[in-house]
Amino acid sequence: MAKKLLYIAVSMLIVLTMVVGCAPKAAGTGGTTGEAGKIKVFGAFATPIEEPWDGAVHGALLKAQENGLIEYTYTENIGYAGDMERVLREACEQEKPDIIVGDSYGNEEAARRVAADYPEIAFAFGSGGGPVDPNFSVFDNWLQEAGYLAGMLAAGMSESGIVGIVAAQPVPEVNRIVNAFQEGALEVNPDIKTKISYINSWFDPAAAKEAALAQIAQGADVLYAERYGVIDAAKEKGVYAIGMMVDQYEQAPEYVLSSVAWDWYPTIEYLVKTVSAGAYTAQDLKDFSMFAKGGAFLAPYHDTESKIPTSLKDLVEAKEEAIRNGSFRVNINDTAPVPIE
Amino acid sequence: MENIFIVGLLAATLRVATPLIFGTLGELFSERSGVLNLGIEGIMFLGAFVGFTAAKLTGSLWLGLLMAIIAGVIAGLVMALLTVRLGVNQHVSGLGLTLLWTALSLFGFRMIFGEPSVMPSISTFPTISPFEGVPYLGTIFEQRLLTYIAFALIPLVGWIINRTRFGLNIRAVGENPEAADAAGLNVYRIRTQSQMIGGALMAVGGAFLSQAMLGAMSFGIISGRGWVCIALIIFANWKAIGVLWGSLLFGGFFALQLALQATGIKLPYELLMTLPYIVTILALTIAGRNVSVPSALLKPYQRE
Repeated sequence: MAKKLLYIAVSMLIVLTMVVGCAPKAAGTGGTTGEAGKIKVFGAFATPIEEPWDGAVHGALLKAQENGLIEYTYTENIGYAGDMERVLREACEQEKPDIIVGDSYGNEEAARRVAADYPEIAFAFGSGGGPVDPNFSVFDNWLQEAGYLAGMLAAGMSESGIVGIVAAQPVPEVNRIVNAFQEGALEVNPDIKTKISYINSWFDPAAAKEAALAQIAQGADVLYAERYGVIDAAKEKGVYAIGMMVDQYEQAPEYVLSSVAWDWYPTIEYLVKTVSAGAYTAQDLKDFSMFAKGGAFLAPYHDTESKIPTSLKDLVEAKEEAIRNGSFRVNINDTAPVPIE
Repeated sequence: MENIFIVGLLAATLRVATPLIFGTLGELFSERSGVLNLGIEGIMFLGAFVGFTAAKLTGSLWLGLLMAIIAGVIAGLVMALLTVRLGVNQHVSGLGLTLLWTALSLFGFRMIFGEPSVMPSISTFPTISPFEGVPYLGTIFEQRLLTYIAFALIPLVGWIINRTRFGLNIRAVGENPEAADAAGLNVYRIRTQSQMIGGALMAVGGAFLSQAMLGAMSFGIISGRGWVCIALIIFANWKAIGVLWGSLLFGGFFALQLALQATGIKLPYELLMTLPYIVTILALTIAGRNVSVPSALLKPYQRE
C-alpha cells in the first residue's frame, strides 16, 4: 500500500516536473498582444544565454527593449537535436513576431526551411552561410579588426616573446580573428612567437584553463582568451590576458589588458529601422558587427592602463584610427591559422 | 625545456584526474551495491552549482563544499528511491535524473544570479605546496587540498569496500541480494546508503571544478566528465586501485594532448584531442577481457 502511494507520488512529481519544464517561459515582457507600433522580436538560441556569443546578441536585444525600440521574447537552450524548427514554427504561428533572431550554426537547414515558409517575417541568424531572398539575413561576429589591435597589444606586452591563444576549434569565425591577431602581433614584434591550442568545444572552461596553463608552463606570458576559462589561468599564474566577446575585465581586473568585444546593438537598430520602414531585404549584416558601424571594438584598458607603455598605446590607437578612417583594412583570412614559430 | 614540459604535464595530470577520481569512486560505491548510476553527470553538475552558490552567498568555501555534499546525498537518495525502492529501470532513472539535476541547477543559477554579462566568480581553494622550493616536485605537487583528498580516498575506499563489515555488506547486496537478504541484511538500506555516499563523492567532484579549478559556475562545466567516469569504472574493474590507474591514464593523456598542442607539434589537433579517448578504449579492450562485473548490477531487488 505504502509502495503504491509512493509510486503515485513519484509519478505525479515527474509529470509535474515535465509540465513545469515545458511551460513557455515568460521571458522579456512576454504577452502576444503587444503594444501597437512596436516591432516584435523573437530570439531563438541553441545554447543557454550564458554562452558568450548568444549572450552578446541577447544582451543587445534586452538593451533595445529597455530603450523602447522593440518588444522581445526568447527561447534558449533549444539544442541541436531538431527542436529548432518546431520552436521557430510555433513562434511564427503564435507570437507572429516581425523579426526572428537566432543562431543557426548547428540548425542551418531548419532555420532556412522555416524562413522560406514565412516570407513576411524578417529572419536574422548567426550563420556561416549566405543570405537568402526574400527574408533570411545572416550575421556573425566579425571581430578581426579588434583581433588585430589585440594582437598588437599582446605582442607589445609580452616579455618572453611568446603569446598564447586558446580557441574553440579552427572554424572560419574563429580563424579570421586568430589570423588577424597574429598579423597584429607580427606588426609590433616581427620576432614574436605564438602557441595555438584548441579545446574542441564551444564551452568547457576547465579544459580551456588547462590548455592555458600548459601554454603558460611553456613560456607564454600573454594569453588571448578566445574561450572562457583562460582568464582564470592568467589570474592564477599572474600573466596578462585579453578577453573575448564582451569586456571581461571584471574577471581579473589586474590581468585583463583589454577584450576583443562585440556590440550587436547596431545590428538590431538597423533591422528595426528597415523593418518598420518596410524596406527590409535579406542581406549579409556583417558590416554592422564591425568597427565602422560601432559593432566591434577593443575594450578599454581599465586597471592595466598604467602598465601599458605609452608608445604601445599610441601604436594601437593610431592603427585603430587608421581602421576607422578607412585607410587600413584588416585582412579577412578564414583559413586555419598556423602558429608563428 | 623537456623538464618544463614534463613538470607541467604531471601537474596538469593530477588536476585533471581529481574530479574523475571523486566521480569514479562515487560510481564505485553505487555499482558495487548493484546500481548503475547514470545520474553522475547531473550530480556532478549539481555539486558544482550548489558548491559555488553556497560559497558565493556565505563567503565560505568549506561551507559551500558541505552544501555540495548534502546536495549529493539528497541526489543519491532520489536515485535510491527510484531504483532501489521502486525498482525502476536504472538506465532511465539515471539519465532522467541527469537531465533533472542539470536543468534544476541552471534554473537555480538563473534565479539567484539573474543574467549577468560577466559571470559571477569566487576566489578558489588555494594551492598548497608541500615540496615548496624543491625543484620539479615543488611545481608538480602545487595542488589543492581536494586533490590530495581525492588520492587519499582511493586506499580508504579500497579498505572500506574490502576490509570492513559495511563494505562486505555492499559487496553482498551487489553480488547476490537474495542471499544477502536471507542472511539478514537489509538490501534496500545498504543500497540506499551506497547511493548517498556515491552521490556525495560525485558532487564533490563537480564542486572541485567550480570551487577549486575555476571559481566560477556555468553550463558546460562538467562537459561529459561524468560519462568518462562511467567508462573508468569499467576500466578500473570495479576496484578502488583501478580508479587510480584509470584516472591517471585518462588525465595524463588529456594533459598530454594539451601540452603537445602548446608545443606547436605538427600533428592535427583533432588527432591529439582523441588521444585520451582512444587510449581509454584501447585499455578497456585489453582490460575488459576478465572483468568482474558486480553480478546484481542493473538488477532491481524486490523483496517477495
